[in-house]
Amino acid sequence: MLKSSQNISVRRRVTNWLALGSICLATFIVTIPLFLILGTVITRGIGALNWDFLTQIPKPIGETGGGMANAIVGSIELLAVASLIGVPLGIGSGVFLAEYGRNKWGNMVRFTADVLNGVPSIVIGLTAYALVVVVQKHFSLLAGSVALGIMMVPTICRTTEEVLLLVPQAIREAALGLGIPKWRTILSVVLRTASAGIVTSIMLAFARVAGETAPLMFTAFGNQYWSKSINQPTAALPLQIFTYAIMPYEQAHAQAWTGALVLISLIMFTVILFRFISSRSTIKGAS
Amino acid sequence: MQTMPEPMRSRNTESPDEHEMTESIASTEALKVVPKSRVGTQDNIWADVVFRSVVIFCAVALVASVGLIVVELLKESHVSISKFGFSFLIKQVWDPVNEDFGALPFIYGTIVSSIVALIIAVPLSIGTALFLTELCPRQLRGIFSLLVELLAAIPSVIYGLWGIFVLAPFLRAYVQPFLAKYFGWTGLFSGPKYGYGMLAAGVILAIMILPIIASITREVITAVPRVQREAALALGATKWEMLRMAVLRNARPGIFGGVILGLGRALGETMAVTMLIGNRAEIARSLFAPGNTLASVIANEFTEAVGNVYLSALVEMALVLFVITLIVNALAGLLVWSITRGMPSRALA
Repeated sequence: MLKSSQNISVRRRVTNWLALGSICLATFIVTIPLFLILGTVITRGIGALNWDFLTQIPKPIGETGGGMANAIVGSIELLAVASLIGVPLGIGSGVFLAEYGRNKWGNMVRFTADVLNGVPSIVIGLTAYALVVVVQKHFSLLAGSVALGIMMVPTICRTTEEVLLLVPQAIREAALGLGIPKWRTILSVVLRTASAGIVTSIMLAFARVAGETAPLMFTAFGNQYWSKSINQPTAALPLQIFTYAIMPYEQAHAQAWTGALVLISLIMFTVILFRFISSRSTIKGAS
Repeated sequence: MQTMPEPMRSRNTESPDEHEMTESIASTEALKVVPKSRVGTQDNIWADVVFRSVVIFCAVALVASVGLIVVELLKESHVSISKFGFSFLIKQVWDPVNEDFGALPFIYGTIVSSIVALIIAVPLSIGTALFLTELCPRQLRGIFSLLVELLAAIPSVIYGLWGIFVLAPFLRAYVQPFLAKYFGWTGLFSGPKYGYGMLAAGVILAIMILPIIASITREVITAVPRVQREAALALGATKWEMLRMAVLRNARPGIFGGVILGLGRALGETMAVTMLIGNRAEIARSLFAPGNTLASVIANEFTEAVGNVYLSALVEMALVLFVITLIVNALAGLLVWSITRGMPSRALA
């Protein structure tokens, strides 16, 4: 179009290039913080990263050594229990939306899922506090998992709905036409076809809640030692990072950066894996 | 039985690499199922009803959990609601010793830090979305959108950590002196330069909401019909004029929706803000001054709060925050919906 640009005034041409230039500049600026943050986390975190960090519990400030093993395990336990709540509810309500929810009830559930998705994590934390901690009268791993589990539901629900809708209607009709009952069609044909997409939606939800700190502050609470049961307060990686970050000790800061490095590696790994799987499955849907 | 795999095959042609495997699974599965299930028997009707009830139960549980949030917040905050009434929202006092609480400084801090974030993030994210959809060479698109997505995947607490040790010192050393020198007359950039404060919180929030606004904007821009662009170009528009007139104008409500969704995220963001805003319950004109937000005061004080009134005042803050984000998100949802799904006839044209 610019080949015939003899007719385009200088002002328009300059505006064009200025505008396009600033669009490129904006994208460039947006990527800067990512590299700065990743760079800082790696350079400051790698120093204290060693085998002890991954296998020892925290030492009191002043003593060298120690690690975050209890926080890493705590985070994994929290995620595991949370997914017992979040995954079935998320997939179930996603199936409802895709297979039974083409009506006003579906729209209502869809809207509620979006609302729940937008509820600030600290509000969900307070709710879990009121629901579990107030009743049990002490902080616990269970309370933290309830908070994270509720946060997983809307993500899994909406993504499940999306991937189920990608499954061609003809497959459902074929199965139903063979006399397979609807429940069996959904379980064995539709869900199986969409299984890759559903797995990625679960991983997406994991990545989202794995770094959450706010909902754990008054539920899982944190713990300097190993947590022995689901009814005890437990350490979690993001919580531990926060605790160390606001301490006025150089040594604590170093531990916080290493914790950040471990946390960010886990999450980035999940996200990139998710991208890889989902880009393969979208090719399937698109072409 | 011979005709059975046909629909499966038609789907499988879409994924050549998984062709063999999926087909064999699907067909053997169907072979196993068909003889067992007798159409219309009592068992199957019951099984359908049970399955349906299970998924409806899941959906009801989802709706109920939102209801539960409202109920629990109301229950835990009723002491404060009945004691302070409406004045809670407009009082500036924050006095745990005398148990007198008002939320105004926190509401103010929440809104101002989010506005600062929007001012920084909106132009950058719209630019990024335009670049990714319209300018970026196809080969680089994947890389750039991955970078933006990774930005969204960084946990809030790591933003906070980075903010404390890198961003705040940087603002104190370079940005704040500059702003104070050239824009100090506005009164927004004056006073002692801590690094921490409203400005730092706004900047970190901006980085955090960039990916959300950018990805929604991308979605709505992609929904703008191709013919609109072609029409503008055919009339002799330059690329920028085409983007401005054909793309941005058509996508405006959707972009606005994305911005509001970003606002919703900024309002409720907790950790990074708590770590950077300085935590002082005062309303100050200068953005250099420390402040506090609804979310950050809950995070800071809830575990240390003693007494029913103090606790329930903090829960009422959460209730206020919940209501604000609810309104903001509902508005955003309506706007995004209006552009991506509300106009199918135009999208098809």
